[in-house]
Amino acid sequence: MNAPAKYPSEPLKLWKKAKELREQYYLNYARAKENGGLRWSGSAWALDAIPAGLGDDVYSLTGEPYAASIAHDRKFAKSCMDAAESYGFARDLCSYMRIYWGGLHLNKYLFGGEFPKPDFIFQSQICCSHSKWYQHVAKVDKVPDFYLDVGVGPYKDLDASRVAYVANQLHDAIEWLEKVTGRKYDDEKMIAAVKNEMRSTSRWADICALNKAIPAPLDEKTMYSLYCLATLQKSAKWCADFYDELYDEVKDRVARGIAAVANERCRVISDTQPPWGFLKVFRYLETYGAVSVGSLYTFGLEGIWEDKPDGSWGGRTTPMEKGIEIRDRDTALRLYAEWNLSKPQWQHFYDPQLKTDMMLRIVKEWKCDGVMLHLNRGCEGLSLGIMENRLGLSKAGVPVMTFEGNMGDEREFDEVRTQARVDGFMEQLGLRKLAA
Amino acid sequence: MITAGIDMGSRTIKVVLLEDLKVEGAPQLNYAVRKAQIMFPGELDQDQAAERVYDDVLAAAGLKREDVAAVYATGAGRKQVKFAADAVTEMTAGARGAVFFFPSVRTVVDVGAEEGRGIKTDEAGKPTDFAGNEKCAAGAGSFAEAMSRALQLSLQDFGEASLKSDKTIPMNAQCTVFAESEVVSLIHASTPKEDIAKAVLDAVASRVCAMVRRVGIENDVALIGGMVHNAGFVASLKAAMGVDELKLPEMPEYVSAVGCALLAAETRH
Repeated sequence: MNAPAKYPSEPLKLWKKAKELREQYYLNYARAKENGGLRWSGSAWALDAIPAGLGDDVYSLTGEPYAASIAHDRKFAKSCMDAAESYGFARDLCSYMRIYWGGLHLNKYLFGGEFPKPDFIFQSQICCSHSKWYQHVAKVDKVPDFYLDVGVGPYKDLDASRVAYVANQLHDAIEWLEKVTGRKYDDEKMIAAVKNEMRSTSRWADICALNKAIPAPLDEKTMYSLYCLATLQKSAKWCADFYDELYDEVKDRVARGIAAVANERCRVISDTQPPWGFLKVFRYLETYGAVSVGSLYTFGLEGIWEDKPDGSWGGRTTPMEKGIEIRDRDTALRLYAEWNLSKPQWQHFYDPQLKTDMMLRIVKEWKCDGVMLHLNRGCEGLSLGIMENRLGLSKAGVPVMTFEGNMGDEREFDEVRTQARVDGFMEQLGLRKLAA
Repeated sequence: MITAGIDMGSRTIKVVLLEDLKVEGAPQLNYAVRKAQIMFPGELDQDQAAERVYDDVLAAAGLKREDVAAVYATGAGRKQVKFAADAVTEMTAGARGAVFFFPSVRTVVDVGAEEGRGIKTDEAGKPTDFAGNEKCAAGAGSFAEAMSRALQLSLQDFGEASLKSDKTIPMNAQCTVFAESEVVSLIHASTPKEDIAKAVLDAVASRVCAMVRRVGIENDVALIGGMVHNAGFVASLKAAMGVDELKLPEMPEYVSAVGCALLAAETRH
């Protein structure tokens, strides 16, 4: 007999639209040349409002979400990694990078046809893989590449000179883009894109903050399909508009007490990218009535946050909301650099304690019972310091479970063993499986 | 009341029958192991092996299935025990069993054939944290077994040999395959078997210790699982953990099965 549902639940109305927007993004990139448009490639963390100044027909392919999409297709992912390894790249490198490189060398695009070659590379550097990834692409595709160094230290220590260091590189980037594309740069389009990105990333944080509600209106498995739109093109109007719509729907779910997991009785958060080919781990949690309400990763990779007057964490107030006029290039670039440097998911590169503090804050404000840390062998950047995070969380009295895996390389993930870990963790939290 | 616990390990199946004891003058219930049995399933499927060993232990105790109030299972193959009323993880069973034998224990080190793990427990035997080895056998009994084969020693001789060595040979082994090649290199370098055995067990102990440190070492510490029988490993682990004493149960491989049977009994009181 099925256990009676504790809360009402219903599908997300915007689910289909999110899927359509994502697919359209990848098709737009592939078809950019049909109407004389431009293509560029870089990280999901690239400051993508900058290339937007080249025109409305400029399309990006951000590497991490693209590789994550391939990771869902385990057969294709394996062939990509085999291709990268055949080329001579080591198996312990970033799995997103290996998957992207493999697709490049196989000349296959996940959404059909040959791999669409970018016209240029525009990339920010926060981890080692980010810099080497696109050096190789630029070399193979013989395309120009630009790298933006954003490693200026944690946001808490930010000062005007550090902002200027990044903003000045953005000025250089604009000159470089004009030179390599032969196009005249349009500051108005760039400023509009900067504003879109600020809207997108602040609003995504607002949406995540709504998940403080009990029951949680969203579960993390669903959130992956929603936050990913910002990893594709956070500076696009379609992205910012979608998050406004989504905010309204999630707010309505909270008001009506609609749960993502009808039997929610335990709340956890995860960490780093999940093993994309095995998202059913999150469904397995639900057999215990446990829901992952998010993570620093889903909240802070594309969400921009601030301390609210009541001490809680919420979406950062945009310069536009503060009444700041953005009329010229330099003002836009400085505000844009400063905005991005406050990204939560960049802070742990400087000190794991900063990440531990944010995780503890999430545990407290989102009323979580425990943390599941994915020791992600596929990402040296986001796994940096993760065992120190474990220690910090444990010292603070937060139950922690670790499991090894890889976001893109299924050879490093053991599904049965991970389920056994979940079983142990749930028992530690005093839970038994719900009646099927 | 009699309850049963079955620990479906990767190498062996352990089954324990536990009975309530009314201690004169003591109001609380206490328990004693009525019968315990171990089985190497060999060619048998796990579910068939579970049936057989359970029937065997009942016969040896002169009992029938209906005499047993409840059966709980644990271990890697716990889901194969179709006649079990419930199943719990090795962490829950191990912690409960260890605290039953040693009430002062707060850290449990469980090293069986497939996996090594560190468990932090409260005074009731409920795990509060745990860590285990992942896709690597280097912190488990099967690793020591593979290395003893490479040295052409029985597992018991392997452990005793290591106690004769006072050398420290660092092994950087991260997996059984690499370690075996290191052992072969040491054999070719005419290194005495005793020294190689100690090097291997030191390496296993080092990896197990690193896992236990993740959850924190709090006294008292108990070692459970089949590796308790390996005196060389016990010595290496004590040294690696820097503890004066490791609590060693007399029936180390049955501790988790006992924990299971206890949990089955406790849910019925």
